[in-house]
Amino acid sequence: MSERKLFAHELEARLDELLLLSLRQRSAAEPAALLEALPRQLQERVLHWAGVAAQTSDDLGWLIASRAAEQAASLGGRLDDWARAGLDAYDRSGLAATRRALNDFAAAHQAGVFESQEGVAFGAIEGRLSRFLHALEGRPLKLVSGPKAWTDSETLWLPERIDAAPDAAGNRRLYKAIAALLWAQTRFGTFNVDPEPELAQWPAPEAALRWFALFEAMRLEACLARELPGLAADIAGLRGPWPAQLASTAAALAQAAATAADSLACLAELRRVGAGETPNFPHVGALDPLAARRVRAVRIARDTATLRQALNLLRAVDPSAGGQDHPDYPPLAAEGQTQHVDPQAEFLALPPPAREAARSLQQDLGEIPPEVLQAAGPGAWQPVDGVDSSAAVGVTTQPDAFYDEWDYRRAAWRHGWCHLYEMRAPVGDHAWVDEVRRRHAHLIRSIRRRFEALRGEDKPQRRQFDGEEIDLDAQVEARADRKSGTEPSPRLFIHRRRIERSLAVMFMVDMSGSTKVWVNDAERESLVLLCEAIEALGDSYAIYGFSGWTRTHCDIYPVKRFSDRYDAATRSRIAGIEARDYTRMGVAVRHLSGLLARQNTRHKLLVTLSDGRPDDYGDEYRGRYGIEDTRRALLEAREKGIRSYCVTIDRHGADYLPQLYGPAHYAVIDDARKLPQKIAEIYRKLTG
Amino acid sequence: MNPARNPAPRALATPLVHLASEPYYHATGDELEVFAAAANSRLPVMLKGPTGCGKTRFVEHMAWRLKRPLVTVACHDDLTTADLVGRYLIVGDETVWMDGPLTAAVRAGAICYLDEIVEARKDTTVVIHPLTDSRRALPVEKRGEYIEAPPDFMLVISYNPGYQSVLKEMKPSTRQRFVALDFDYPEAETEARIVAHEGGVDDETAKRLVKLGGLTRKLKGAGLDEGAGTRLLVHAAQLIASGMSPAIACTAAIARPLADETDTRDALDDLIRAVF
Ligand SMILES: Nc1ncnc2c1ncn2[C@@H]1O[C@H](COP(=O)(O)OP(=O)(O)OP(=O)(O)O)[C@@H](O)[C@H]1O
Ligand SMILES: [Mg+2]
Repeated sequence: MSERKLFAHELEARLDELLLLSLRQRSAAEPAALLEALPRQLQERVLHWAGVAAQTSDDLGWLIASRAAEQAASLGGRLDDWARAGLDAYDRSGLAATRRALNDFAAAHQAGVFESQEGVAFGAIEGRLSRFLHALEGRPLKLVSGPKAWTDSETLWLPERIDAAPDAAGNRRLYKAIAALLWAQTRFGTFNVDPEPELAQWPAPEAALRWFALFEAMRLEACLARELPGLAADIAGLRGPWPAQLASTAAALAQAAATAADSLACLAELRRVGAGETPNFPHVGALDPLAARRVRAVRIARDTATLRQALNLLRAVDPSAGGQDHPDYPPLAAEGQTQHVDPQAEFLALPPPAREAARSLQQDLGEIPPEVLQAAGPGAWQPVDGVDSSAAVGVTTQPDAFYDEWDYRRAAWRHGWCHLYEMRAPVGDHAWVDEVRRRHAHLIRSIRRRFEALRGEDKPQRRQFDGEEIDLDAQVEARADRKSGTEPSPRLFIHRRRIERSLAVMFMVDMSGSTKVWVNDAERESLVLLCEAIEALGDSYAIYGFSGWTRTHCDIYPVKRFSDRYDAATRSRIAGIEARDYTRMGVAVRHLSGLLARQNTRHKLLVTLSDGRPDDYGDEYRGRYGIEDTRRALLEAREKGIRSYCVTIDRHGADYLPQLYGPAHYAVIDDARKLPQKIAEIYRKLTG
Repeated sequence: MNPARNPAPRALATPLVHLASEPYYHATGDELEVFAAAANSRLPVMLKGPTGCGKTRFVEHMAWRLKRPLVTVACHDDLTTADLVGRYLIVGDETVWMDGPLTAAVRAGAICYLDEIVEARKDTTVVIHPLTDSRRALPVEKRGEYIEAPPDFMLVISYNPGYQSVLKEMKPSTRQRFVALDFDYPEAETEARIVAHEGGVDDETAKRLVKLGGLTRKLKGAGLDEGAGTRLLVHAAQLIASGMSPAIACTAAIARPLADETDTRDALDDLIRAVF
């Protein structure tokens, strides 16, 4: 980026473009004049935030731009935090609150309430950190902010803000160091030892925990150094050399063979010789091994059950384990009564959820305990065919359709197994839709513009019978043909008319109970945005919700049929989408792909929006059964010429989705708020 | 038409590549045997796999191994039948027929490699059909010619199933004519050997690059459309071999080509820093 300051007229033009001010009869002359004095970098930050805010609403964009012009000079490096505080307030309570939040922030800043301008907020680094951690090995961790930094082995809490280093880069490094060491706790076995007996002997267990956390940080840093040396060097640089009295402990714990038990031994030793004042290292997070071990115990039980069940199922289908009726899963090596699950080879024999469980167990325990792999013996496992809770539900009306379901254990269909009801879609408050449209007016406009580009209107079609322009290549060829005595092709023109896309899209929306609140809101909002955008394209599309409660109660909610227009009634039904029961996916895919197949278009696309794997009441549909059935349904859809694409908000999704959808046709999103834009992007990629 | 009387403008003629020395290729499965068997049985081959995992290199290697010339065509959405089969040109006051790359390959008994076939126009892909079934022939309509392919002619196509638009799906009638080979990123050890060899770096650097590649691949679907292919790792290695620091080399050769979005870019920078 060039360092030259932008002049007022340039700033005015850029603001005008970002905020579409000329349309709204506002002038950016005044803010532009104020911004002219600022250094280029700060000017760019202001323009950046004005643009971001304008994506949410035009008024918000204007507010941020005009206030930033007044306050940027004094805010300096805090401008980003100031803007974030404002946007955050808007999301919670609207424009007036934003104005207040911005002023409060600026006032606090002037009063010197903040320690430095170099602090980094969690929100500013969350996206970067979560991707960083996602790329590292092991079970995925959920990242959230909280009062202290620690992990329970599934969620990782980080402070709201870090302000310890003199510069922002240092504070970001500190965030990364803390997060990496906490990740390392889950990866390198911190919770494999029970520290309780030792802690009980300390007069102040609090202090003992801090010492334990420190010893573990020493050990884990060395573990990191073996796999990610650059990261370990970063951490070492942050903390500086260990104090002399700790150096030998650090060296001992850096041995490759050291485990959490060794850290615990150091703790016992310290108790004997007497601990001085607890040292305080900013890069060492807190440790709550008891809470983490509780979470871990629950997880181990769950993973063990999943793995056992999978092994038993494999054997039940085919006593030699594996079985030719599962061409996708190579046979599992069976030796006598014990199954050795060797991570490299035999894991591949397991269905994805069990593989995931096995990997997770291995991470927790270092190995798969032999008793898990022990065959349960004849009779220990009961087929769960009997799960049939229709009595509990009380079906009164006649189903609209019956669908077969695939039982992978029998490798056979269960005929007429699922009872499908087309329900009346509930009607919601259609003012909500208007509100979303207003709030996202800018975003809608920009998505629309992007979608419009997809129409391919301007794409020249070469070698046409007639058109607006002469195709020179074709002319030359024709002349050559004529000379050589061959009949020239009459296709000599370039035609610019719109290409017929001939595409029908079915959006299948998960309305299961697990989508409650945040996912559901995001689903509904993204549907509004999508409708607005697809309307611009003219593709035919439909939206159906699905949910249910056992096989006898599979419900489909038509929100927008292909024949429905995107009118007030449809909009109220979008607003009415709500979280209900379970996710029996196969039957929904079958029903909806049937509807889609009847569309008279060349291309047919099924897009599912969900928050996780197929699941239904009772154990049966959960796990492999549901995945196999859904996959089968998607294969059937494919045979009907339908392509499917799944958008999932699920941090653990990546493991089973390839199995379900084939490696290319899914996307995982970690944050429901990103759904609208992501879908627009996917739609563009799939059809562009 | 007598080619001697109407010499084709040389610059436009299809180059038949005769590979004199062995293109380095590290096999990762049974692809050498399958390809050789397919060549022996005169069957066309389809290579599937993510970008930069060695498909092109494999074909070059096989062309060398089978001692056949190689013709490569990068397909794009404006590729016409004439671009493949040939056309008449006007030279001076005469018309001259110019074989397209496909025709040239058929005549020479070469391997014809159509890279990213789905990109080509639908009506273009149809011309390969008669070459891919028992007819093994290429009708050149403009000349009223029907060229039967010699035994050594072989058709190879490639495509990346991960990077497709619904509007560009390959038709079953096309796909089902090919013996298919699935390509994927090689295992870490193999890949490190490839990177060391191709990039001219030591084993340790190669191992770290492969480690980095593996980490980026975990971001598929979570920030990235696809992780770094072997090609990107080789590029980074080459920059390092020419004296650049690993961090700068990886940023330039791996992180920047992969991601535009800020969070993902920063995370990639963090990963680079973590590995080196
Ligand atoms: N198995 C392998 N043996 C040797 N080199 C390899 C191998 N796999 C990848 N490479 C290296 O990776 C580079 C990229 O491979 P190549 O160009 O063949 O990829 P590709 O699969 O054709 O990609 P694209 O789909 O983008 O065309 C090669 O130039 C080579 O250096
Ligand atoms: Mg290639």
